[in-house]
Amino acid sequence: MLSRPRIFRRLAAREERAPIVLGGARRAELRDHQKELHGFQTRLVVCAGSVVAVFFLLLVRFFYLQVLQHEYYHTLAENNRITINPMIPNRGLMIDRNGAVIAHNYAAYTLEITPSKAGDLEPLINELATVVEVAPKDRKRFRKLLEEGHDFASLPIRTRLNDVEVARFAVNKYRFPGVDIRARLFRHYPNGEVASHVLGYIGRRTQADDEKLEAEGMDANYKGTEFIGKVGLEGRYEANLHGTTGFEEVETDANGRAVRTLRSTLPVSGNNLLLSLDARLQEVAERVFGERRGALVAIEPATGGVLALVSKPGYDPNQFVDGIDPQSWDMLNSSPDHPLNNRALQGVYPPGSTFKPFMALAALELGKRNPHHAIYDPGYFFLSGGGGHRYRDWKTGGHGMVDMHRSIVISCDTYYYGVAQDLGIDSIHEFIGQFGFGKRSGIDIDGEAGGLLPSQEWKMRRFQQKWFMGDTISVGIGQGYNLATPVQLAQAVSILANNGAVFRPHLVRHIQDSQTGKLTSIEVEPVGTIHLRPENLRLVRDAMIDVTRPGGTAAAAGAGAPYHFAGKTGTAQVVAMKQNEKYDERRVQERHRDHALFIAYAPAEAPTIALAVLVENGGHGASAAAPVARAVLDFFLLGKEPQLKSKGAEDASEND
Amino acid sequence: MISRLLAFLGRHIDRHLLAAVGALLLVGLITLYSASGENVGRIGAQLANIVVALTVMWIAANIPPHYLQRLALPVYVVGLLLLIAVWRYGETVNGARRWLHIGVTRIQPSELMKVAVPLALAWYFDRYEAVLKLRDFAVAGLMLLVPVVLVAKQPDLGTALIITAAGFYVIFLAGLSWKVLVGMTVAIGACVPLVWPLLHDYQRQRILTLLDPNQDPLGAGYHTIQATIALGSGGFFGKGWLNGTQAHLDFLPERSTDFIFAVFSEEFGLFGNLVLVTLFLFVIGRGLFITFNASTLFTRLLAGAITLTLFTYVFVNMGMVSGVLPVVGVPLPLISYGGTSLVSILFAMGILMSIHTHKRLVKS
Repeated sequence: MLSRPRIFRRLAAREERAPIVLGGARRAELRDHQKELHGFQTRLVVCAGSVVAVFFLLLVRFFYLQVLQHEYYHTLAENNRITINPMIPNRGLMIDRNGAVIAHNYAAYTLEITPSKAGDLEPLINELATVVEVAPKDRKRFRKLLEEGHDFASLPIRTRLNDVEVARFAVNKYRFPGVDIRARLFRHYPNGEVASHVLGYIGRRTQADDEKLEAEGMDANYKGTEFIGKVGLEGRYEANLHGTTGFEEVETDANGRAVRTLRSTLPVSGNNLLLSLDARLQEVAERVFGERRGALVAIEPATGGVLALVSKPGYDPNQFVDGIDPQSWDMLNSSPDHPLNNRALQGVYPPGSTFKPFMALAALELGKRNPHHAIYDPGYFFLSGGGGHRYRDWKTGGHGMVDMHRSIVISCDTYYYGVAQDLGIDSIHEFIGQFGFGKRSGIDIDGEAGGLLPSQEWKMRRFQQKWFMGDTISVGIGQGYNLATPVQLAQAVSILANNGAVFRPHLVRHIQDSQTGKLTSIEVEPVGTIHLRPENLRLVRDAMIDVTRPGGTAAAAGAGAPYHFAGKTGTAQVVAMKQNEKYDERRVQERHRDHALFIAYAPAEAPTIALAVLVENGGHGASAAAPVARAVLDFFLLGKEPQLKSKGAEDASEND
Repeated sequence: MISRLLAFLGRHIDRHLLAAVGALLLVGLITLYSASGENVGRIGAQLANIVVALTVMWIAANIPPHYLQRLALPVYVVGLLLLIAVWRYGETVNGARRWLHIGVTRIQPSELMKVAVPLALAWYFDRYEAVLKLRDFAVAGLMLLVPVVLVAKQPDLGTALIITAAGFYVIFLAGLSWKVLVGMTVAIGACVPLVWPLLHDYQRQRILTLLDPNQDPLGAGYHTIQATIALGSGGFFGKGWLNGTQAHLDFLPERSTDFIFAVFSEEFGLFGNLVLVTLFLFVIGRGLFITFNASTLFTRLLAGAITLTLFTYVFVNMGMVSGVLPVVGVPLPLISYGGTSLVSILFAMGILMSIHTHKRLVKS
């Protein structure tokens, strides 16, 4: 029940129009009350007026549509049926630095059914199969598309019809209402397997793709588009490549035949990607790799543009365009060679001795080594303290007297054990981190791994363990916790070739507007500069040139080169097999071999190319990786086609 | 005996309102039969919804308003907590986070807020009846803003819009000064050019499409274009019941729910629209009449907000179908298929009836 004061107030409120005499304060409140009620009623009348006005406006709109515009809409709705067909834009092309097209589209005929206009689908398809071949695979795909519920689309039952099939269907078309032949565009990668890891591929849209498009508000633009870029450049530059979907409003008669187009907006083709990649160089590099597993990344130091990016084995991206069949997919996925992994970006390997030039620079810049100071290498390094431990050099018996120049040329481990000890891990982490080790390079393909350049803090975070001096010693020769991707190695050597200027590695140089031809450049500005004293830089670079000369570890690979090139060999120990790898006796031996590494740039005086080569289980860097680099450099600088030697003939300079 | 039962049942029922509501429900069923492709099962389901909703209405009509007044704050607080729970732990369906799992079933707390917000605001103003200062309006504004932001974030723009409208009506009727109103309108207008450059391209595109559906005939614009064709082709007398081609040839999306008005309009034409609008006008007019005669500030504000919210539903839905307003998910009250909306509308009608019939009790 109501409380007393409230009842009183309410009664008072009802009687407020009657003149009653009360105390002054009380009266004031009542007056407010009455004023308030009056105000309320005024506002209510305003509301009522607005309601009537708004409904009147709605009726005016109805009158406009249903009386004044009736004829127009009547035509649209009654006499004919209007369907809105999306017009799919041409996907942008990919063009290499020399103007060669490496991803394009071609038109082919597809046989399509519009379910809303066709009758019973099952008998219809059976009937169709008597005219053109319809494989079980085609039926399966059609059923899947049907289940996904594409509203007003016409769905392909057969793709890539040949001329004979087109003609046979055209003659019989009257028997198949709701079935049409359409010219559609298919993606094609003319170079097949070459550069597959750069291009990536497009594939059928999945639920996840749809959700992403919806979240970005792009779903309407994908009406009618069945394919979407999945990985590589196709994936990363999807937004640029796709273009804008057009549409046409088509009048159709009762049989679903188009009578005329009422209105249309043409699609806008996707933009072209102009790459820094050199497709011929890429092809040569992949040819030189042959059947071996590994990666190669070549960068133009002056811009950071990627000239070649190899990951072997690759795959043929054309397989994915029309929907890859399950058998091929399983083969790609279950192969022990992991052809779908982009080793150049995702593979992490110990950099091995290719790490040494950067260690040398660190020691010089941070004042821990005098370049002319030589040590005596007895073949091992003795770390005192904690019971002591011997770290062996790769050469039994040692290299004798070694100064900094020689330490690079002959790749002396003992020298760098000492350097590492004197620098300490955190100085190494900080200085060499500037060259991009341990962080993503930012290359324009998704899925890049970050590698690892350890620090005390990292070990504590990762393992809750204190850093030991022994850990530092291993890091000094690019082993231990040290891990880098081939892209990072190429980036690091490119910075060295560039006297410290840092560019973000990138594959796309320009995005070309398909309508205007206007180019939008991807930044070529350096993203940073590492300050290095010229004399230090010169010392390391000179030593790297001598690596490829007689007496250096890569002398064999450098023999007879008409240009100077700087390089550094490396060998990375394969510590253990991966846990989930199947045991295969035949391969186990090979898979336990060391990874061979080589970094280089040329011409040494004014480098136009810097590269990193990694051959998985290739053995020594000098024998397995350096010749690959030499062949690529020869082609790039001299245009010389590689002469592929049989495997046994490879020069075996014995060491690292 | 039977007459006494009827008298008991009808004691708190407003006959005028019931008659108009009944007529609208009938129109709804007739249209639904056509829109669903003559699906008798659908009609059965909607009839079941109607029975439940009418029961809810009867119960609401028999609850004296001051009980509602006492429940206002707790309901609001619970609703707010549930909204926060949705924000933190809600279940995502179709890209929007609106549902909350509680044991056996899922609930949608934003639906509750459509009633809880006007209730709570009316309660708040009634408490400070004698002296309303700007500060009170600021508090009320905050009480409105928090749930609206939470609902809009889900995102559920249609519901956020309805809650905003309902809350705004209470604040407006409570007497927010005209100066502040005009000032706020100007301020919001002035913000648009400041916010515009900060939006992403696709967000801008979305807004532009809302304003001009022809820009995006395959996406958001598709609904509007097809609905406009349905309306326009209906002409003055319509194509006749069950003869709408737009509806039956699958051109119209969501034709049983949000776009059912297009089906109605195609088949019954401008004439049918006049009848329908008149029926709604009658319901709204009756609601305003009840508001006008309500005895306390709480009931006045509540009745006013309920009536004007109903008006907002009707206007937004019809405006969206006829292509003058952007497409937001708002059903046409009493006509669209669906239990939730029906129950909440008839619950609100029950409150109106309660306000109208309980007032007299105090008098005697």
